[in-house]
Amino acid sequence: MSEIKKNTYDQHRSRRKFLKGMAAGIGLIALPGKDASASMWEEFFQKHFRELSKEELKKVLERLENEYSKQFGKQVAVKATPPIEGVRYGYALDLSRCIGCRRCVYACVKENNQSRDPQIHWIRVLQLDKEKGVDLSHAEQYYNPEKVPEKGHFYMPVQCQQCEKPPCTKVCPVQATWKENDGIVVVDYNWCIGCRYCMAACPYGARHFNWGKPGLPSAEMNPTTHYLGNRPRPKGVVEKCTFCIQRTREQPGRYPACEEICPVGARKFGNLLDPESEIRYLIENKRVFILKEELNTQPKFFYFYAT
Amino acid sequence: MKNIWNFFAGTLVLISKGSKAYFCWVFFLLGLMTIGAVAYFQQLNEGLIVTAMRDQVSWGFYISNFTFMVGVAAAAVLLVIPAYVYEWGPIKEFAVLGELLAVSAIVMCLLFVTVDIGRPERFWHLIPKIGLLNFPQSLLAWDVVVLNTYLVLNLTISVYILYSLYYRREPKHNFYTPLVLLSIPAAISIHTVTAFLYNGLGARPFWNSSILVPRFLASAFCSGPAFMLLIFLLVRKYTKFRIKDEAIQKVAEIMAYAMFINLLLLGAELFKEYYTDTVHLDSFQYLFEGLDGHSALVPYIWTAMIFNVTAFFLFLVPATRRNNVTLVIGCILVFIGVYIEKGMGLVIPGFIPDTLHEIYEYSPSGTELLLAMGIWATGLFVYTMLLRVAIPILNGDFHVADDGVGSYIGDKLFFSRQDTDEAKADNTSESNR
Repeated sequence: MSEIKKNTYDQHRSRRKFLKGMAAGIGLIALPGKDASASMWEEFFQKHFRELSKEELKKVLERLENEYSKQFGKQVAVKATPPIEGVRYGYALDLSRCIGCRRCVYACVKENNQSRDPQIHWIRVLQLDKEKGVDLSHAEQYYNPEKVPEKGHFYMPVQCQQCEKPPCTKVCPVQATWKENDGIVVVDYNWCIGCRYCMAACPYGARHFNWGKPGLPSAEMNPTTHYLGNRPRPKGVVEKCTFCIQRTREQPGRYPACEEICPVGARKFGNLLDPESEIRYLIENKRVFILKEELNTQPKFFYFYAT
Repeated sequence: MKNIWNFFAGTLVLISKGSKAYFCWVFFLLGLMTIGAVAYFQQLNEGLIVTAMRDQVSWGFYISNFTFMVGVAAAAVLLVIPAYVYEWGPIKEFAVLGELLAVSAIVMCLLFVTVDIGRPERFWHLIPKIGLLNFPQSLLAWDVVVLNTYLVLNLTISVYILYSLYYRREPKHNFYTPLVLLSIPAAISIHTVTAFLYNGLGARPFWNSSILVPRFLASAFCSGPAFMLLIFLLVRKYTKFRIKDEAIQKVAEIMAYAMFINLLLLGAELFKEYYTDTVHLDSFQYLFEGLDGHSALVPYIWTAMIFNVTAFFLFLVPATRRNNVTLVIGCILVFIGVYIEKGMGLVIPGFIPDTLHEIYEYSPSGTELLLAMGIWATGLFVYTMLLRVAIPILNGDFHVADDGVGSYIGDKLFFSRQDTDEAKADNTSESNR
């Protein structure tokens, strides 16, 4: 991932000048209607997240908070908490425990403000045959029995693998998605142009597109949000799992919603750089594997068999 | 400056003149463009949910058309090389028509990409310095650069040549030759980069094959010339422009070779996949025989195979190549065959089965079809307008009037059967404004 170069003052000026000219041009075609507010223009001309100065970021967050609070009729907080020094997140999932109940799927939807209609799920649970092992070509995502687990089957939840070498960020034509210092791959929903090249590049089906206007009922909206995480998304952009960035980056932090809800304790989350962490213990002592190892994406999401 | 304005004003007068057939065609296209625009507004309003694309198959009909049109655009180079590098007269006379075709095809490419993206109003994020173009990391960023370079090159060359001829000056070699030479690698690059765009994804084994670039190039050198030959035969029949038989023969001959290489490479790919028989065979199976009861593309790909092989023999055998009827049939077969093979046949199986082996069967929605139709109409409209100006200029029927200000228009009909009385009575006149 190439570093974004610090822009010089001159560049900023020329950009502003250009944008002003463009604003005038587009204004002539009368893009905004009568009720177009100033915030719409602010949104249109907003810079890339990583190019915002501290003051600019503060203004952006305020604007979004106002907008969302009005839209959902409650006080919404939009944070932009940066990565914690010395932390690199890792996730481990015990396949011998998972029962395929999909509670993680719905806890994730609730926490992360995914669209209910059309439905977007960041976690997909695969039902696999015990006889065949981890063989994706015999996986079933739409299993629907009275009771899980079913005899002869085991279950493998798949979500963003937070790759060390993410193929999705490399292909983005506008650098709207990148890997943060704590290893979380994020999307700037205000910068994404919606070309979906990242979706073609992701080997895990972890990226999801807002094909229509997201349907998020006010009553179900989670008002504690992060700019790069679970804040409400607009139509036409890509979104993905962020290891619940709005929870895990806080101090004291909270576990990701999927980890917290798991009724059988199959999900483990922690700091890979901390030699005393549970996740390090599991990686060092259990039979661990990663998905599609041959692609050299180096996931930080580990599957293991505890028993 | 004044000259440029006079030239421009003259072309406006020129395109407003023409036969009944010309106007019928133009208004027909404008009608289709309007329908396409309405479909696009609906899509802008409701989002890409009005298409049949979903997370599993995240690119569809638009990107398939885009990929095919890049091939058509690149094919102009097949005229440019013999015309300017080998200075071969019979093709040099109309090489500019190939460049104008490239311009129209690139316009279509850009439109197909625009309608595919979720936030088109954020296009400025792609402009270097102003936005944040991810160059050289992203192949899509490369594509933005090479496509626009190719568009500017072809537009500059063709407009410069036509402008010079309009003012009855010999185009300056020193000016356009370097540009023409540059346009040759540029043509190769637009197709190479577009192939790399798919090629570089480890997640999609169907595209992750090292012969994808040569396959793209070979098929482009079939489909583009096929379209050009059809246009040239029409132009020859219905306008005053003459194109020599030997030029058309030469292009048809090149197509035979290109089609042979295209079929050979496809065969090589099929052998490798079927003989090794790994899980990567799934996408090929989906395309050629159906997978787990899903077989939407199977009839199309076999149609394409039959068309391509038939056309190969039609172009290979000199007798059928020289016969205008079989030549036209061959061109139509190639055009449809490659449209299927390098359009939907290339893009969709990359997503089926998806990365977690789910099969979501895709076929374009009504909105996608109408919008694509609108873009095709736009491309044809642009090409019609360009030809309306270029052909009379090349014929000497449109140039600056003797007073150096107005323009002489010697071809008021443009499009009509060349053996009718109407055409013979075509009164040439001078208009001084």
